Amino acid sequence: MRVSLFVTCLADMMYPDVAESVVRLLHRYGCEVDFPELQTCCGQPAFNSGYQDEAREVARNLIRAFEHSDYVVSPSGSCTGMVHHYYPQLFANEPEWKAKAEAFIEKTYEFTQFLVRVLGVEDVGAYFPEKVTYHPSCHASRLLGIKEEPQVLLSNVKGLEFVDLPHKEDCCGFGGTFAVKMADMSEAMVCEKVANVCATNASVLVGTDMGCLMNIDGRLNKENKPMRVMHIAQLLEEGVKRGERTGD
Amino acid sequence: MSGQAIDEKQLIGTGLKKRTEEALANDFLRKAVAFTTDKLRTGKRQAMDDFGHWEEWRERARAIRKHVVENLDYYLTQFSDNVAKTGGHVYFCQSGEEAVRTFLDIAEKRRAKLVAKGKSMVSEEIHLNHRLEEKGIEAIETDLGEYILQLAKETPSHLIIPAIHKNKQQIADIFSAESGESFAPETKVLAGYARQRLRNYFLEADIGLTGCNFAVAESGSITLVSNEGNGRMVSTLPKCHVVVMGMERLVPSYDDLEVVLNMLARSATGQKLTTYTSMITGPRREGELDGPEELHVIVLDNGRSAQLGDPVFQEVLHCIRCAACLNVCPVYRHVGGHTYGSVYSGPIGAVLTPLLQQDMKEAGQLAYASSLCGACYEACPVKIPLHDMLVQLRARKVKLGLTPLAERVAFKTYQTAFGNVTLYRMAAKSVYYLQKPLIRKGYIKQGIGPLAGWTQSRFLPMKPKKSFRERWEELQRELKAQGRPGSGASAQGGDRA
Repeated sequence: MRVSLFVTCLADMMYPDVAESVVRLLHRYGCEVDFPELQTCCGQPAFNSGYQDEAREVARNLIRAFEHSDYVVSPSGSCTGMVHHYYPQLFANEPEWKAKAEAFIEKTYEFTQFLVRVLGVEDVGAYFPEKVTYHPSCHASRLLGIKEEPQVLLSNVKGLEFVDLPHKEDCCGFGGTFAVKMADMSEAMVCEKVANVCATNASVLVGTDMGCLMNIDGRLNKENKPMRVMHIAQLLEEGVKRGERTGD
Repeated sequence: MSGQAIDEKQLIGTGLKKRTEEALANDFLRKAVAFTTDKLRTGKRQAMDDFGHWEEWRERARAIRKHVVENLDYYLTQFSDNVAKTGGHVYFCQSGEEAVRTFLDIAEKRRAKLVAKGKSMVSEEIHLNHRLEEKGIEAIETDLGEYILQLAKETPSHLIIPAIHKNKQQIADIFSAESGESFAPETKVLAGYARQRLRNYFLEADIGLTGCNFAVAESGSITLVSNEGNGRMVSTLPKCHVVVMGMERLVPSYDDLEVVLNMLARSATGQKLTTYTSMITGPRREGELDGPEELHVIVLDNGRSAQLGDPVFQEVLHCIRCAACLNVCPVYRHVGGHTYGSVYSGPIGAVLTPLLQQDMKEAGQLAYASSLCGACYEACPVKIPLHDMLVQLRARKVKLGLTPLAERVAFKTYQTAFGNVTLYRMAAKSVYYLQKPLIRKGYIKQGIGPLAGWTQSRFLPMKPKKSFRERWEELQRELKAQGRPGSGASAQGGDRA
């Protein structure tokens, strides 16, 4: 199966490790992964701020980049949500591009969604003997309906003790430009999120979106509360390695 | 009105930052709002589960509201005809001012001195109390929350729990100051005092004023829901009952009413049904024991009809004012209702206010008071895509040229740099070098320019030297060395720094 990595600009620039974990796991499950060089960003920063013309041009570039892909997989529910939920609106008045956008949507998945629903993998054979809590990101869960997939994958990790995050459905306060434009509101939200995360006494916080995780991690560090913050792909990949080492 | 300049606090957009700061510094408010909204959320979840098939009910309620709003002219005519048939009077008012004058005319004819009010957000929208006061007419709020706020000279901060920002001690203080007695901060004591005080007003009022939760077109009935019974007192004891309602607040039939009442009570408070549900059809008829002699229904437009035919925003008229979106909104949770600076707060307020006021400059700022998390849409019993509307309002602001120049330039630059992979690569490289002077132990702890907003409350990680795309070739070699995809070999250890 041929799969193209849609790395997202955030993971490309800031979190290359996350993207590498995604690629290694996909490879492990038989995917031949390629990386279309043309890709940059999905356009969400501009779109969410109301700059639709600017967003549209960036979106066009992304659609072009994956024109010849069979499957497209991304380590972000938010960027995938942008494509699924807003591209049809963005190209509503351009039939030719709307069709291209729809073809793109058809083959584009968030990482856990692809793993569970397309590859049918629920147990990656990982061993990760730590206390882990999970922040479901708003766009993954609400725009894409990804609720079960990360939970299923985590529940099959051996040794992992899962702790539910109180008020997990509340936004962490990231919201892209919101965190800068409405910094006070955003701060109140991330502070409460961090308090809830710490209340779990978990040693690892895991999620499906580096935007949210960058936000929460940034606050954890500012409060000097060191906790490992990982993308779910990183946790699974590390768990696979640990599993092989222990022969579990 | 005094000739003073408008306080900056009153400007919806300009004062937003200041009001946010004040709210965030108010621990009482934040605790009270979080406590009550948590309770309402939990109640709603339970009520949804008990009801079952929630998504289907949501779809049904949405269809009813959609149908009404798409055929509003028809149902308004039918409703108005039926009210007239039962002996009531209907007034269509285009503006808030027109609605106020209509009410004042009725009050004048009745030589009214005292108006007992049931809870009505529309009367807040048209600032009726203020105008009555000017005319020397006393208006008394009889909803407990509204009564507390009237004594405190404040406005509601939640659609259905107006005094959500007050705790019991604060309420006891307000009642003690009013009565000269000293009250313990206990619900029973406080409610008892209000009940005793309000009873006389019900009996003495010349006019009873209420809002309207739903009006039934097929019968000309007004439906009121309440948990205190004040709505029923106000609509039956005074000789004259005046209803103020938004023009969109209709359902075609009693069958439809059943659906939306279920959705309203369950979404608002987690109840199967509110304690009192009154259906009022016309004034008192001959032989009937109670009810008013006169019934007047003021139907308000005030910016609503401007949404009809709008492909994006018409749906905002579907709202049934349950406040479920407020209760799940993480922004509302922290800043409360007054921060919005408008009668309607929370996500629905942030969308509705600029639309009704047709003001993108000031009121339009409310569209930014959201992280676009979508909790509002998920909670909405009639599926209004509020998160999408907030983005569309921002887009409208951009189209009108109402956003800051620096922001416009920034997004043009973004389009250029991120629309082309060569420029994008160069941008990524320059980020790496530009950040260097700011890095302390792998993080930017104190940002400059737009980054300062971020770093005021959190660190920003440093960009690693190599982007993923620069590591791709190496990664490919690593995978190739492992053999065919799926051959079971795991990733090699390697340095993951």
